[in-house]
Amino acid sequence: MTTDSVTFALTQEQELLRQEIRRFGEERIRPGTAERDAKRQFPADLVRELGEMGMLGSFIPERWSGAGFDMVSYAVAIEELARVCPSVAVTISVSNSVCCWPILEYGSDSIKETALRELASGKALGGFGLSEPGGGSDVAGMKTSARRDGEEWVLDGEKAWITNAGFARWYVVVAKTTPEGGSRGLSAFVVPADAPGFSVGSPEHKLGLRASRTAPIHFTGCRIPAGNLLGVEGQGFKIAMATLDHSRVGIAAQSVGIHQRALELAVGYARDRRQFGKPIAEHQAIQMKVAQMATELEAGRVLTRAAAALADAGHNDSGRFASQAKLYASEAANRACWESLQVHGGNGFSDEYEISRLYRDVRVTAIYEGTSEMQRLVIARRLLRG
Amino acid sequence: MKIELLEEQRLLRDTVRRFAEEVVAPRAREIDESGEFPLGFFKQAAELGLGGVAVPEEYGGAGMDTLAYCLAIEEVSRVCASSGVILSVNNSLVCDPLLKFGNAEQKKRWLTPLASGQLLGCFALTEPGAGSDAGSLRTTARRDGDDYVLNGNKVFITNGTHADVALVFATVDLEKKHRGITAFIVPMDTPGFSRGGHEYKLGVNASGTTELAFQDMRVPAPQRLGEEGEGFKIAMATLDGGRVGISAQAVGIARGALEEATAYAQERQQFGRPISDFQAIQFYLADMSTEVDAARLLTWKAAWTKDQGRRYSLEAAQAKLYSSQMAQRVTNLALQIHGGYGYTKEYNVERYFRDARITEIYEGTSEIQKLVIARAVLDA
Repeated sequence: MTTDSVTFALTQEQELLRQEIRRFGEERIRPGTAERDAKRQFPADLVRELGEMGMLGSFIPERWSGAGFDMVSYAVAIEELARVCPSVAVTISVSNSVCCWPILEYGSDSIKETALRELASGKALGGFGLSEPGGGSDVAGMKTSARRDGEEWVLDGEKAWITNAGFARWYVVVAKTTPEGGSRGLSAFVVPADAPGFSVGSPEHKLGLRASRTAPIHFTGCRIPAGNLLGVEGQGFKIAMATLDHSRVGIAAQSVGIHQRALELAVGYARDRRQFGKPIAEHQAIQMKVAQMATELEAGRVLTRAAAALADAGHNDSGRFASQAKLYASEAANRACWESLQVHGGNGFSDEYEISRLYRDVRVTAIYEGTSEMQRLVIARRLLRG
Repeated sequence: MKIELLEEQRLLRDTVRRFAEEVVAPRAREIDESGEFPLGFFKQAAELGLGGVAVPEEYGGAGMDTLAYCLAIEEVSRVCASSGVILSVNNSLVCDPLLKFGNAEQKKRWLTPLASGQLLGCFALTEPGAGSDAGSLRTTARRDGDDYVLNGNKVFITNGTHADVALVFATVDLEKKHRGITAFIVPMDTPGFSRGGHEYKLGVNASGTTELAFQDMRVPAPQRLGEEGEGFKIAMATLDGGRVGISAQAVGIARGALEEATAYAQERQQFGRPISDFQAIQFYLADMSTEVDAARLLTWKAAWTKDQGRRYSLEAAQAKLYSSQMAQRVTNLALQIHGGYGYTKEYNVERYFRDARITEIYEGTSEIQKLVIARAVLDA
């Protein structure tokens, strides 16, 4: 019987990409991870190098200067990046998933020619403006407005928690075009960083992901060309939701990479650390923790790769799978970092040990690109719809 | 990475689903309460090839793969966990070791009738004093001319009340510990072989669990499976496969519970609307769905790894650990969603909740799975 249906193996191309990112991660990214975290230093050089490797347009077709990878490859690459530096991983994943993707799916050829080609080829970084100071999960309640004025759109308002703010050249921004329209009153736009009336606020100080840049962006009579509208007017909510469906695979993969590292650190420490006359790895208390972490890691990974494979296959249930992967992988990674720090004992609480940074970094995976609670609502809705 | 089934796998799954709904489900509650062993079900299932799903056709099986086997076990267990484990034992714990370790004569004589359902098998390893520590079993096998003479007791033997053939593990030398353990194929009408009555249990109550006793039981040497002292290795290899089956069983139980809870939540009205409109209930359903899918993927991964001919002990242990833990949580939440009704025998979730419990115990407790996993991860 042939077994070319279900397979858990990576293709040769996917495996080669994984090895390439692993090598780059160990040689180029890891040596500076702790220092960038301590100094809150954005990894601009690494982003440029990853761009040259195709990682800023990883699933964008070659026609638009992207690398043309499939989603499984993308998930594998993000996992490897997160394993060495979750800040680098989210920087890359935001540019790909929530900036390139909606432009690819909903942009006109002319905006693809300018924005997407520049992003996907690695010459520019992207950002995404959806959340506001007063509205995160409740997207329809946003305040930022856009009004048509001749051949331009004029945006006013503020977006919060913008990853890559200040370093991005292009932003996908969702704003209200019909004040009383609710979720049908939103539209999505592509805003260049040099648009008049666009500015970036001061960076946030965060619990984790300190080397990734997060800041508010402001629109003060900000003018962009009419052609920068994505899709049609009123389609913004749909675009935002479809984008988040797609991006969840990236955050799930980031969670898996962090989880993988948390396990590696626990295993390494447990083998070296001696108590009661033997390595703590020989105590069942530690063995039980390691086994649980390893099992949940595999569960998160198969969910993530399955969601990516279903997206590649255009499966109609791929959105539910992406939410399930994001929900499970992020919560499992949070548990794993907690347990790994516990295995490290007091040392794990010290900045000298990598697990203390991971413990901070992992927290946001259950929050951004849709909190765990939003994932559960999305999953339940799809389940109950039957 | 690809998770689409082949046409023949889908066909098998759909056939078994129909069989489960039409034939197995209507009697599931009744046999759970009475403890009646569903021998008729086994015979009918075998007609569909479920006696030995992954056994080649030349030996009376369906000639499919381990993944197909998992699909079948999930579908049967979704409506009746007792029926699921009956099949799982015959497939994983009896047919599989015969296929892997049996000689041509043994396969012809024993595997063919077991895989085609003419005979029902059971697996006799556990003893009153040897559960997780299987290497310390006390049943002895003394060589005497062309025979072995077996003495000892076995407990918790699934299918034991109705099986025709037992795969029995005994030691040829107690001093040698697990290196003395040897496997034997024993028809249950062999003189000196006796079995107990039905053991009433918390769950999977229709799976024919009983104890076995051997008193000066003579087993001809050609019925020895593998070499003397090879039994422990055979048992451990066999349990790897068994764990994949139990993992699929746990997925089936949990999926049954999830489906019933989803339907109930949409019908049940409280505070003027279906309880499925409340976030509290939606969150339960979302977690249940997520965990069922994760467990199924881990199960398929273990099955796929086995079908690749690679070592799969780690994958099997992870799948079994996760799926069984998951089944506890999911059946518990399904019962919770049903409220007081879920606590009654009127609703299937009460049975699913009880049935799920054993999946964390048999074919290696969760603690043993964790030791297997920890060893693989820490020694890597």
